[in-house]
Amino acid sequence: MAVVTEDPSIHALRADVSRRKLFDLAFVIIGLVVLFASLLVLLVLFLDLVMQGAPRLNWDFFTSYASRKPENAGILAAWIGTTLIMVVTACVAMPIGVAAAIYLEEYAPKNWFTSIIEINVTNLAGVPSIIYGLLALGLFVYKFSLGQSIAAAGLTLALLILPIVIVATREAVRAVPRTIREAAYALGATRWEVTAHHVLPNSMGGVLTGMIIGLSRAIGETAPIITIGALSFIAFLPSPPLTAEFPFLSFAWLRDSFTAMPIQMFNWVSRPDPGFRVNAAAAGAILLGMTLLMNGVAIWLRYRFRKRINW
Amino acid sequence: MTENQVQAATGAAVAVSPKSGGGRVETERLKVAVYGERAAAAGNSVKARASKMSFYYGSVQALKSLDMEISDKQVTALIGPSGCGKSTFLRCFNRMHDLTPMTRYEGSIRLFPDDIDLIAKDVDPIEVRMRIGMVFQKPNPFPKSIFENVAYGLRVRGMRSKAQIEEQVEKALREAAIWDEVKDRLHTSGLSLSGGQQQRVCIARALATNPEILLFDEPTSALDPIATARIEELITGLRGRVTVLIVTHNMQQAARVSDYTAFMYLGELVEFDVTSKLFTNPAKKATEDYITGRYG
Repeated sequence: MAVVTEDPSIHALRADVSRRKLFDLAFVIIGLVVLFASLLVLLVLFLDLVMQGAPRLNWDFFTSYASRKPENAGILAAWIGTTLIMVVTACVAMPIGVAAAIYLEEYAPKNWFTSIIEINVTNLAGVPSIIYGLLALGLFVYKFSLGQSIAAAGLTLALLILPIVIVATREAVRAVPRTIREAAYALGATRWEVTAHHVLPNSMGGVLTGMIIGLSRAIGETAPIITIGALSFIAFLPSPPLTAEFPFLSFAWLRDSFTAMPIQMFNWVSRPDPGFRVNAAAAGAILLGMTLLMNGVAIWLRYRFRKRINW
Repeated sequence: MTENQVQAATGAAVAVSPKSGGGRVETERLKVAVYGERAAAAGNSVKARASKMSFYYGSVQALKSLDMEISDKQVTALIGPSGCGKSTFLRCFNRMHDLTPMTRYEGSIRLFPDDIDLIAKDVDPIEVRMRIGMVFQKPNPFPKSIFENVAYGLRVRGMRSKAQIEEQVEKALREAAIWDEVKDRLHTSGLSLSGGQQQRVCIARALATNPEILLFDEPTSALDPIATARIEELITGLRGRVTVLIVTHNMQQAARVSDYTAFMYLGELVEFDVTSKLFTNPAKKATEDYITGRYG
């Protein structure tokens, strides 16, 4: 029977490896603690809102207008206003943001001018939202005479999320491998064909994710739409976008005054009657639910698009 | 003075007084002439001719006044150590460098029979790329179906007839020797294939549009030996149908597939000859050193 003699230095080696692996373990623990702490805070917040607002979380709450009596008050005007504003915001921010990002990434020459634009776009993402509100008040409400309307609010929020959309789209566009672009160019495709046939379809997951993250930010914004003059007590709906007569579509709602979810919440929180606090909590839970739902859709979309494409 | 005028002026100077180009240029010209005669004797016409072709990345000169002829429907290989400019030279033929800012061409690459200068400023790179196909180092199928991959070039050219596209796609896939392997799954993703199959689909994609010259940029460097053998067989099969220009870091590959071989070193064309001659009886010491494995 052979005797295996162990080299004594192997012990030193093993001790060294296990000592270094301690750092791995430490990092995992720190990571998990941080992750759970932040998730826990969100969860507690959400549950607190749901529990407080539970008595009002029923169908009537969605189908009633604001009222002086807290038990009759609902969020009908608010959620419809928020939805319509989001439609305007998405329709404005998506094409402009995506076009700007594609121009910067695929077309623009790389020089000092485009570098300045790039830096500014990134910095715009950090500008306080009230500044956008003031800009919109001067520009959209007065200069363009849009008034205190859904169109003005939608445009304001579109401005606010444009930097987010542009940055996210650029990231997504940049992730399309150079080899794919080269393959298309080598077949005689023009820049536009390369962009439309390959770059955009292959970065759509990232583009949509950026768009929805932008909208999730916009949906909760209060300051800019207060600045441009959202009403807080509304007992009517904007004119319907679908009509019975030809051409069946109406854009009159764009010029209507509005309220939105965060405004409604803000209004209720500032009232002395404790019944309104319950309403505010219920509205908060719904708003948070809307945001989480949108983020869920973003994750799903990203998963769908990534699954189709793996380089 | 525009660049074209500079080119015209320098070209004229060389034509008027051949000595002004220096000794090296003169000998290169002589050799090209000799080679040209040989090619003509073998019944080959010239498909493309690079003359005094230089290329710059910013202020760095990557190619130094190359003179070379590409024979019609023959396989021409470019060999040389890493960084010698062989891929850079290849990518001049379909103006790939136009996609990189701060690059500049000098001299000319004339394409025959219509005698246009591929690298002239007033020749649209899109037009050039529609006539000259390319296969890349790493297989790069689009994340689309195999069929759509091969059909893409046809669609870019505005072909709409479904029957016509199907016919061309099948023809290209047969030419690329992959039809039998993919004919039952034309509508599955091109990315589901193995690396060697992907590369052959990429070759089919380039062949589908009937290119006049097909450029190969180290097409087998990412493939295993069996897949490599298949691609080599396929390239050999293209001889007589398409003009092929292939960059390879593998000298045996150049010896196996090509009719003519050019040895490049530090951005210069050191030697250019019939493949069998260059590998068995090189004229230059540097070529001999390289092919016997003394450097590179």
